Amino acid sequence: MEHLKLAKAGALTVAMSTVAATAQADDLTLCWAAWDPANALVELSKDFEAKSGHTMNFEFVPWPNFADRMLNELNSGGKLCDLLIGDSQWIGGGAENGHYVKLNDFFDANGISMDDFAPATVYAYSTWPKGTPNYYALPAMGDANGWFYRKDWFERDDIKAAFKEATGRELAEPKSQKELLEIAQFFQEREIDGKTVYGAAIFTERGSEGITMGVTGALYPWGFKYENTPGKYDMEGAVNSPEAVEALEFYKEFYKTATPPGYTNSYMGESLDAFKSGQVAMAMNWFAFFPGLYADPNTGGDKIDFFVNPPQNQAGSTLGGQGISVVSYSDKQDAALEYIKWFADPEIQAKWWELGGYSAHNAVLNDPGFVDSQPFAGDFLEAMGAVQDFWQEPAYAELLLAMQKRIHDYVVADQGTAKEALDLLIEDWTEVFEDEGKL
Amino acid sequence: MSSFSVTETSARAKWISGTLVILYALITMIPLVWIMLTGFKSPADSISYPPKVVFEPTLEGYVNLFTTRTRQTQEYLEANPPQNWADEIVRQYDMVIVGPSKFGQRFMNSVIIGFGSTFLSIFLGTLAAYAFSRFRIPLADDLLFFILSTRMMPPIAVAIPIFLMFRNLGLSDTHLGMILLYTAVNISLAVWLLKGFIDEIPREYEEAALIDGYTRFQAFYKVVLPQAATGIASTAIFCLIFAWNEYAFAVLLTSATAQTAPPFIPTIIGIGGLDWPAVAAGATIFLLPVMVFTILLRKHLLRGITFGAVRK
Amino acid sequence: MSERTIDTVAAATPEKVARKIRGLSDRAIAWLFVGPTIFLLLAINIFPLIWTIQLSFTNYKANRVGREVKNIGLRNYERILTDSDIWLNMQATAHFLFWTIFFQVLIGFTLAWLINKKFKGNDLWTTVIVLPMMLSPAVVGNFWKFLYQPQIGLFNYIVSFFTGAEPSSFEMLGQVNLAPWSIVIVDTWMWTPFVMLICLAGLRSIPDYIYEAAEIDRASKLRQFFTITIPMVLPFLMLAVLFRGIENFKMFDLVVQLTGGGPGSTTELTSINLKREAFEKWRTGYASAYAIILFVTVFGLASIYVKALNKVKER
Repeated sequence: MEHLKLAKAGALTVAMSTVAATAQADDLTLCWAAWDPANALVELSKDFEAKSGHTMNFEFVPWPNFADRMLNELNSGGKLCDLLIGDSQWIGGGAENGHYVKLNDFFDANGISMDDFAPATVYAYSTWPKGTPNYYALPAMGDANGWFYRKDWFERDDIKAAFKEATGRELAEPKSQKELLEIAQFFQEREIDGKTVYGAAIFTERGSEGITMGVTGALYPWGFKYENTPGKYDMEGAVNSPEAVEALEFYKEFYKTATPPGYTNSYMGESLDAFKSGQVAMAMNWFAFFPGLYADPNTGGDKIDFFVNPPQNQAGSTLGGQGISVVSYSDKQDAALEYIKWFADPEIQAKWWELGGYSAHNAVLNDPGFVDSQPFAGDFLEAMGAVQDFWQEPAYAELLLAMQKRIHDYVVADQGTAKEALDLLIEDWTEVFEDEGKL
Repeated sequence: MSSFSVTETSARAKWISGTLVILYALITMIPLVWIMLTGFKSPADSISYPPKVVFEPTLEGYVNLFTTRTRQTQEYLEANPPQNWADEIVRQYDMVIVGPSKFGQRFMNSVIIGFGSTFLSIFLGTLAAYAFSRFRIPLADDLLFFILSTRMMPPIAVAIPIFLMFRNLGLSDTHLGMILLYTAVNISLAVWLLKGFIDEIPREYEEAALIDGYTRFQAFYKVVLPQAATGIASTAIFCLIFAWNEYAFAVLLTSATAQTAPPFIPTIIGIGGLDWPAVAAGATIFLLPVMVFTILLRKHLLRGITFGAVRK
Repeated sequence: MSERTIDTVAAATPEKVARKIRGLSDRAIAWLFVGPTIFLLLAINIFPLIWTIQLSFTNYKANRVGREVKNIGLRNYERILTDSDIWLNMQATAHFLFWTIFFQVLIGFTLAWLINKKFKGNDLWTTVIVLPMMLSPAVVGNFWKFLYQPQIGLFNYIVSFFTGAEPSSFEMLGQVNLAPWSIVIVDTWMWTPFVMLICLAGLRSIPDYIYEAAEIDRASKLRQFFTITIPMVLPFLMLAVLFRGIENFKMFDLVVQLTGGGPGSTTELTSINLKREAFEKWRTGYASAYAIILFVTVFGLASIYVKALNKVKER
């Protein structure tokens, strides 16, 4: 098997180094979520089509169904996708169940070095087992959960004065989680221009991954850990540490006192809707949406600004983002690898950022002009410096659904205490790891 | 009936009951009307609060439903003036139309799978119903009950092995797979309904034809089928409505090639969140055929939805 | 087919010969006609069911290709029946079943009774009322989610118009005490017409002469209602309840689109829970056992009910 792959990779380099036109033209399909960056990728890929002669097709699945649809596709051995930009948590399953092609030999043969990419992204999007030099994806889209706010409201004198009077502080981008809550509570049910507005839109979605991605935005800055010792699955005392309990209570207080009514099952879409319809002063969402938000004719431009998820005991942001992998069921793996080679080129990576994709390539991120290239570029760099991700185990879906249930039960459905929720979560997770034979 | 009949309702009672029923009908229509109205709102109007009853109608929802769009730079927009009215609508977001959306394809899948499975259910169902109606089949009652009982099964109960089976046979995400599956679900309804209709056709007709020298096939084809045409048509529509509206299997077993519209419509997203006008437009277009059928079907409605158990 | 030709030919064909030819081919034709249907049902309904039973005794996971499949006996059943969370799902399902059927019967019967007064235009309005149940539940659920939004949806504003409560003061889908009712409301909106139609058929099946006889006996209208109308409609009503019961036990699409099972697990009906186990967590063996338990429950309850129904019919 290894020999075969090596031979393939070798053959590929030969083919590419001779004449591109001699390579057979293939119809490639790339699968990803349906969102703004995907449209940018379509634009970007035109260059690949011109250079390689291959045709690119795209299958973009809306976020709420993305995991369901794509994992279903992989599990049924489907040939729909040749290339898949899969969520970071899928890497364990993708590698262990043989859905993704291992890329080490290909990288070596083509001079692609993982040292050229931001370490946090390589760790999160490419490696399995975590942190080992076994690569199943190339970092494609860096992403983290960040915040945006109504700059125009923050700058109004009457609002600033009222805030000063209420809190004794100046109204500005928050420097800690608790300041964030204070500002949100200040805006909650405030009259602005004759409309009642609310503090902030946060993630509370039950069905897929929403509330987990939201609550970890509080858990990580408080110092939450999944295990006491990495790789040992010893969760008691880590998952339910006093810090974790405090952070979870904080998230519930945030939900109860500073979010608009009806945002009980909300994720990316609802957060954007709340902000765009002028209901909220602030909102959390993935950096991926920030270019679109900035360009929005009603609430973008001068009216919006961005900040990184504020620290509390430490800095910490929830990781989003994806790596690009070659699907092992594809009949066109050679052409798919060609695409990855093209995509890894620093020049293409620079263009990727320009079009609205979040490149993870050092050549782009370390460019002196990067920080000023977009109003959120600096925040992005800062966020990526302190990102953490959920479990990436092959059983991640079971782990995630357990967390979704326990957190939603506590935060939204008012069941039990924060400590009880986390204790139950450890029980659920322990059961999963026992089934997996890891405990 | 004479005008003095004791069972004749008084004019007053009629008036009151009429008013109450119409009131209920109007209330029940509000959500439907709201869906249709939302299809003609701009995205901003659709999520405004309080909700807007009066608004400036636009076809944006329909444009967004049928096209994919991409954001472009100012230079590009200036260099390329809008091609048509639809392009003009999307320009206000600095976007241009780059091609058709998947909605057309999803809708076509609904048509192919819906009509394909309906045809197959009717074809097989008519044959089976005729056999049950006319021939002495050993254990006929048990077989009929078996056929009916398959419909009571929760789809999820058999979804797991069907998923595995389709994976092994390469039927996942294919039109054929979905047609076979929906046919299997629909055929129980088809057999029961059609048996009822065929039972009503007097046997003497065919017997005469048989004596006439027709073979069984000919008698079936030339005598029974024309007589059962109305029954077949209404059965067909009920099968179609099921296949048209089905969601659970479609979500589990289809993705890119054979996905039908119901799993697709709720997930039409715009620049950021759900594009409600486009969702509403999609829902409206998808609902219209069923509404038309309902109106056409008034007379057979009851029999169809109750498995022939109740005849009006 | 004209009577004349048949008569002529009938007279000309020897009865015995004709019957013999028919008799021989009939048997073959019968199986030829029934065979494909039975085959399809065996392949897509029965075979999978048997497979589900077999899988329910294993620890199989459909997303792990290389993993060893072990027979673990009744372990899955044991786990499900002792899981307190699953009992909560069962309770949520029971709540949903009971109240949807209650309201649908109440409103459906009332409507049918009013329509049966045969006011002018009753046919047209009946058709209008019936529309919701012909729609796709997934699309309906999705759109009601929009209607229920406290800020931008219509529902809260209508309620506030009539009650004076602040529209954003309550969240139909987000509050633990309201969410179970939110799904009951939508299901009632969608399926009341179904119960209504069946009741209407029942009402119309009562011959006028029974009422006329009662009138001669000077029975009051109220008495007539309870001694004639209700008993005569009862078998129809019970049939409606059976159909709604089976359908709502399977309910998935509507609720999944509306609440996704939330908040917490307040509206997580068993079918939604099952889908999560089977196709999101991929615990295939476990989910198979779960499916079998549900299947046996529906079948058991339905058979008992059908027996009761038959007794009522006989009366």
